Amino acid sequence: MRSQADRDVCTNGAILDLWHPVVPASEIEVGIVRQVVLLGQAVSYSSTAPGVYLAWRTDPAIPAGTVFMPSAVTENLPVLHRYGYLWTSLGDPSQSLFEIPEYDEPDRRNIHAATIGVYCSAPRAVENFLDLGHFPYVHTGVLGIEPHTEVVEYDVHVDPKNNELWATNCHFFQPMAAATSTTGKMVGYDFRVPHPYCSLLYKTSPLDSSRMDAIGLFVRSVAPDYIEASMFLSLLDDSSSDSFIRQFQQLIFAQDKPILENQNPKLLPLDPRAETPVRSDKLAIAYRRWLSDLGVTYGVIPKT
Amino acid sequence: MNLWHPIASAEDLPYRHIFQGQLLGRELAVWRADDDFVNIWENRCLHRGVRLSIGRNEGFELKCQYHGWRYANRSASCTYIPAHPADAPVRTICNRTFSVCERYGLIWSGEDPTGDPPEVPLLEKARTLPLRSIAVNAPLNLVLEHLANYRFSLAGDPGNLAVTSANYLDQRSLSVTATFDSKQSTVLFFVQPVDSNRSVIRGVLSSSPTDSERILTLRHHSTELSRLREKVELEALKAPQIQPMTPTIEQVPVTSYEIKTPSSGRNASLRVQVLRKWVTAEGIVGLELESIGKPLPTPQPGAHIDVHLPNGLVRQYSLTNAPGQGSRYRLGVKLESDSRGGSSCLHETVKEGDVLAISEPRNNFSLRRDAVKTILVAGGIGVTPLLSMAHTLRNNKLDYELHYFAQTDGHLAFPEILQELGDAVAPHLGLSPEATSKELAALLVGYKPAMHVYVCGPGPMLEAARRIASEVGWPDAAVHFEYFKNTIEIDSSSSFEVSLARSALTLEIPSGKTILEILRANGITLMSSCEQGACGTCEVTVIEGDPEHQDVYLNDSEKAAGQRIMTCVSRAKSPRLVLDI
Repeated sequence: MRSQADRDVCTNGAILDLWHPVVPASEIEVGIVRQVVLLGQAVSYSSTAPGVYLAWRTDPAIPAGTVFMPSAVTENLPVLHRYGYLWTSLGDPSQSLFEIPEYDEPDRRNIHAATIGVYCSAPRAVENFLDLGHFPYVHTGVLGIEPHTEVVEYDVHVDPKNNELWATNCHFFQPMAAATSTTGKMVGYDFRVPHPYCSLLYKTSPLDSSRMDAIGLFVRSVAPDYIEASMFLSLLDDSSSDSFIRQFQQLIFAQDKPILENQNPKLLPLDPRAETPVRSDKLAIAYRRWLSDLGVTYGVIPKT
Repeated sequence: MNLWHPIASAEDLPYRHIFQGQLLGRELAVWRADDDFVNIWENRCLHRGVRLSIGRNEGFELKCQYHGWRYANRSASCTYIPAHPADAPVRTICNRTFSVCERYGLIWSGEDPTGDPPEVPLLEKARTLPLRSIAVNAPLNLVLEHLANYRFSLAGDPGNLAVTSANYLDQRSLSVTATFDSKQSTVLFFVQPVDSNRSVIRGVLSSSPTDSERILTLRHHSTELSRLREKVELEALKAPQIQPMTPTIEQVPVTSYEIKTPSSGRNASLRVQVLRKWVTAEGIVGLELESIGKPLPTPQPGAHIDVHLPNGLVRQYSLTNAPGQGSRYRLGVKLESDSRGGSSCLHETVKEGDVLAISEPRNNFSLRRDAVKTILVAGGIGVTPLLSMAHTLRNNKLDYELHYFAQTDGHLAFPEILQELGDAVAPHLGLSPEATSKELAALLVGYKPAMHVYVCGPGPMLEAARRIASEVGWPDAAVHFEYFKNTIEIDSSSSFEVSLARSALTLEIPSGKTILEILRANGITLMSSCEQGACGTCEVTVIEGDPEHQDVYLNDSEKAAGQRIMTCVSRAKSPRLVLDI
């Protein structure tokens, strides 16, 4: 019998070859070794100077919490520093990390809101992030409110250029759409899935209805059924404090957490007959099919 | 053979609570409805697998915490999907239910259990005392072995453990009797197999001690059983590890919301018995129908059924009960003065105890539950579908009014239900057509977005209500109506061609024949009900061509759009229609 730890180790090439978020760069200390778990494997990381990061498969000779000696590392993992996070890959990351053009727009604020551990699979968390219908029930009074529960028709497509999954033309009534909102209104959304475990949503900015705020969910899958999810924001808001914006986002995620931890099975079933989709789940159905087509088997129950 | 097992204590099910239980590795959502029925369901919303035990018990429906899906008491059928408030959920969305029995202060269940839960004569007559349930991390057999050696003292003397003797009743229960001097006390243990390595000891004392001793007795058993638990768990730890059970979760029978239930025309798949028939108002009888065999499907508010009468006629009647209200259907039938044999048969011929064939409920008059205010307007017997709507709106605490136009007080049907609905009901009695129009105008002023009105009643009143609503600013989409019958003179003289886009078939519709008839004759099954253009069941999507509408189901803007057609009466103005079949 394989032990639990063995079963957690990812052997799925479609996932191993991708870039995965490790930690927010702002939390990496120069000269100290730290450690996380990614796809069932221990990964250590450190920094030699601000902005210079290294990661490697954990070596018992370089324990976490000790002073970092770069010469001690025998084999480095590939690293990237993008969007305020350190990224790495345990396979062959031949594909570049997805682009977020908004990140470089000069009038935006890019904020890391929080990293939260959740006992669920990465695809369950992403699917929840792509879902409008739960707003009145899970984010009551904030992102939705009864009886404004209808999910109107929207469009779903896969962008042939980069195989990203998109939902566009989404609208939903929100009593308080963002930290800066004071009244309710219909809010427009676009959803984007560029990575099996990462997603971005774009929503009408409360300050400028012609532009959109971007919110990202970057998931590090620790085990098939445990994740550490980071929330990234790229906002046009120039008045609220960072801590206010973070608290708002943390409230939203804290409301999702108990739902995600009460889903059974924890792994996302890709067989359409395992659960009961309705029209408003068009994006979720497309996401499950997209995962199937990519050959994702980690964090899901593959179609038999 | 599958056994009955205890899964909860009756005290675990207080008012409007949902208890999370587990039996043989399977999680259960256990809840008591307001009619006292105990529901035992798979603890999983069919939509996205969220535990129903974190949802809400709303009395007659259970509401999932994730997307607000509602499931009905008793049948566990999904009655409402808030993301699509205008559509009735497909009837096949139904959660798995398990057998239930309440006995000796315990709730019993199992996977298709045979026979009955154990009968213990000792517990039948006496005043019993259920003990605190004790969960043990050990397999059932090991727990039973230790319980056979359970020792306890008689009340008031915890220091002196009495001599006990044990008797196995079956594979999961035993009785232990303690004798001390001349006194005797017996405790019945029923052990619940939660999982392969977890059990719950549910003890019932055969006689309850006096008030002063009761708390001491409970405490004593609690202490002794906790001691027993420690011993059993230590022993279980030494035993080889057992894998947890993996109960199979049934696949859902539908893959998509869009898929409509297949049917072949006027299908009467259900058999019911007339349980009760009574005069509920002048000229109106109430009928309560109970299923013979499988439970009746849960109706949506506004739904109707076809009743196949003993005289061969088929008639449509609205159900007056709301989803989750009991396992029976309740109809109201008015004796029509010009009855062609339908209502007179139900009034005069059909008696209590008679068996009728009925169709499954269909809903072409569905209720949105996302309105900021709902106005229900009933004329005479048109109140029947609106009663189920009123009940649903009331249960959901949504703002509504029920305006009931009738000749006199004595013509108001189901007075006991009206009384239950209280102040939301406004009767309007003895009004002339002009006075009715005036009253309608008064109650329809002040339309605001997200308000909806539902009208059901005789043709002239319905037409007046629709005209007035339109005049005072109600958009067509907010005005919902249901006619009893189509009084338009049907002209079936035209002939035209119908192309079926999905079936790749072209058919000639000659004068004197309906589209529905020709489709049926060519082996294409379409659902239908009233077959006179009133109920909306035989609706089909028009892809191309110009329909000649002769129904009373579609509203004016829907007719003008020309995208839907009632195949039982409507025809074509253009030489050809392309239908989405």
